[in-house]
Amino acid sequence: MLLGPSLFVSALLFTLGVAGVLLRRNAIVIFMCVELMLNAVNLTFVALAQSLGVAGQIFVFFVMAVAAAEAAVGLAIILAIYRHRRTVNIDNINLLKG
Amino acid sequence: MPATLMLFWTFAAVAVASAVLCITRTSPVASALWLVMTLFQIAALFVLLDAQFLAVLQVLVYAGAIMVLFLFVIMLLNLGRLSITDIKGPVGLALAAFLAGALGLQLFIVARTAPPPDVALPAGALAAAAQAQGMVGAVAQPLFSTYLVPFEITSVLLLAAIVGAVVLAKRHI
Repeated sequence: MLLGPSLFVSALLFTLGVAGVLLRRNAIVIFMCVELMLNAVNLTFVALAQSLGVAGQIFVFFVMAVAAAEAAVGLAIILAIYRHRRTVNIDNINLLKG
Repeated sequence: MPATLMLFWTFAAVAVASAVLCITRTSPVASALWLVMTLFQIAALFVLLDAQFLAVLQVLVYAGAIMVLFLFVIMLLNLGRLSITDIKGPVGLALAAFLAGALGLQLFIVARTAPPPDVALPAGALAAAAQAQGMVGAVAQPLFSTYLVPFEITSVLLLAAIVGAVVLAKRHI
């Protein structure tokens, strides 16, 4: 059974995604790291679907749809920010910082 | 070691290595291409986990559509070659390593717990269902019966995303 190794790999990939979000300043790269985290969760769903039924695979289907919507809207927001600020560096986009 | 497990660890090792390269490359284009590599390896892992339909979807939707969108935006913003790195300094690095390490530790502890045997299906049940109904049929049958309402709501979500993206990205409406 591949359940244990799959959960290990997906935990590792999720951790790498979190590290990337915390490590980078470029908004687009942060966004890519979020996609990496979503994929790690998808891997967990597929691995558990093997022992808990096909519903896990259907959830992955929905996660992909939400990820596509999120990528489209998120990248449009980044484009709008770039048009106003001429940068996508999150250090310069700190209006909400306390 | 059985061949499946060996293949699994090969794909997993390449996926993790590509993910590390994705979060450490300075150039956004290089990051995006390494992420595509990771997504391909995850698709291969899906095949090993009896999810062939999702593996195809992963390559088409993720590695195809979403990453092309990312590369288009990088091209539009002209971020191809950055002279200075956007990776945070020693303080940020230490903080990221600490937080990610703590989260990773928790995840590894959770990952060690297997689902209780009384709810788990027998081994190979999913592959048998795919054999009986076809690989797409095994996923599509519950998708269009039990999960029909969420499926329809997803289409509304995608429509909202299309409208939202156009409104946000347009200069003057």
